[in-house]
Amino acid sequence: MANRYSFWSLLRHGLKHHQSWQPAWKSPRPKDRYDVIIVGGGGHGLAAAYYLAREHGVKNIAVLEKGWLGSGNSARNTTIIRSNYLWDESAFLFEHSLKLWEGLSQDLNFNVLFSQRGVMNVGHTLQDMRDIERRVNANLLNGVDAVILTPRQIKERVPLIDIGPGARYPVMGASFQPRGGVARHDAVVWGFARAASDLGVDLIEQCEVHDFIVENGCIKGVNTSQGPILAERVGCSASGHNSVLAATAGIRLPLESHPLQALVSESLKPALDTVVMSNAVHAYISQSDKGEFVIGAGIDGYVGYGQRGSPHVIEHTLSAIVEMFPTLSRVRMNRQWGGIVDVTPDANPIIGKTRVKGLYFNCGWGTGGFKATPGAGHLFAHTIAHDAPHPINAPFSIERFLTGRLVDEHGASAVAH
Amino acid sequence: MFLIYCPYCKATREEEEFHNAGEAFIARPADPEAASDEEWGDYLFMRKNPKGWHWEQWQHAAGCGRVFAVKRHTLSYRIAGSWTLAAGKALFLQEGGV
Repeated sequence: MANRYSFWSLLRHGLKHHQSWQPAWKSPRPKDRYDVIIVGGGGHGLAAAYYLAREHGVKNIAVLEKGWLGSGNSARNTTIIRSNYLWDESAFLFEHSLKLWEGLSQDLNFNVLFSQRGVMNVGHTLQDMRDIERRVNANLLNGVDAVILTPRQIKERVPLIDIGPGARYPVMGASFQPRGGVARHDAVVWGFARAASDLGVDLIEQCEVHDFIVENGCIKGVNTSQGPILAERVGCSASGHNSVLAATAGIRLPLESHPLQALVSESLKPALDTVVMSNAVHAYISQSDKGEFVIGAGIDGYVGYGQRGSPHVIEHTLSAIVEMFPTLSRVRMNRQWGGIVDVTPDANPIIGKTRVKGLYFNCGWGTGGFKATPGAGHLFAHTIAHDAPHPINAPFSIERFLTGRLVDEHGASAVAH
Repeated sequence: MFLIYCPYCKATREEEEFHNAGEAFIARPADPEAASDEEWGDYLFMRKNPKGWHWEQWQHAAGCGRVFAVKRHTLSYRIAGSWTLAAGKALFLQEGGV
């Protein structure tokens, strides 16, 4: 790596008053033709380009991004990482990703601040607890770490939480995945961008893809705001806008795009050193290294492309957070944002081929795409390089919606979708 | 947050009173037994999901409980109008059914 980061490089540049650092990635002009084009310069797209270059020896790759790298949902999420999914297929998918997270900072030579502080899913009713026990057992059978915590054990880990008899949402127990946690979302994008650029991937920002060029059922390239760019293979990883792009190639996808909101508070002293999620009241919360409480809300119930959400959705989430953590009632919120997530009917993603030869989609991640960033990129790269899915993403084809072989994580995956 | 007009109650109310019930006027295959897997999957799962004007069904959940058609823009969230399903479908077909 030309510009390797280490203690010694920090010391060397420090002695030169930090005047000689190089840009982390190059910003080339687009060429006329590439071997592979990735549409969408978020974490997923950049990871796919990185693994294509590193593991599959593809030399001539471009990532086309309409804004700046990581300007979409990569920067609009709550950064939670876990793999405690119920069904075998999804558990393997997200565990594959979690394993990649565990070595990611070393792989990329970039600290993504991956912090395995554990993820707790709280149960409030007897039915919640039955679901939690079933999920924990399924996780253990699939080699995913999981334990059940009693209310007392929850209180020991999270003193802020109200487990008293008068609680509006009684805390009856929780599942806990110790290897889960959070990562710095921007750093993930920057790390993949830098590593991909170093392997010769062209990262083209301010280049919006308008439509696909399709001839005789084969992909030939894309028309962009910077003119046409040709390629025999195109991978689309455009989150909320996947349907819009797919329609230009005559492909219908089982997706609906919804605004998903999150918000952060002012910075406070460290008070919560794990991630707490509640399926039943749809609230999740963690504290960032800067001290902000990061709170995830739900999606709006209608199709929407405006990167904002309805205030009543936030109100619903915050009322649940305040009931569970009464001490937070006077915390002021700093920022709120909405990202456009593409949701599938079975709440699982699509990573696979389409009817158009050479056109691939990585979409439908809904509300849970961030945790899959390295895994999705890795599997998408494999699918593009081999023109066939990896065994892990084979169940996540578009065809499952025609055969009926769904992987239905709705309500099963430790969070309401 | 937006305001929706209910053509049954003849009243404009806040979005929270309503429940979105998805894309409107999806034609069910006339003979389900004869439909191929592709046609049936398309009917069940595939959606237009447009960035633009969208015909959708809304239920006045906290009001009369009835379902009606709304034409709404999915980027600006502007609403062109509300109609009963029959009146909405006639207008939808008149527009070319897209």
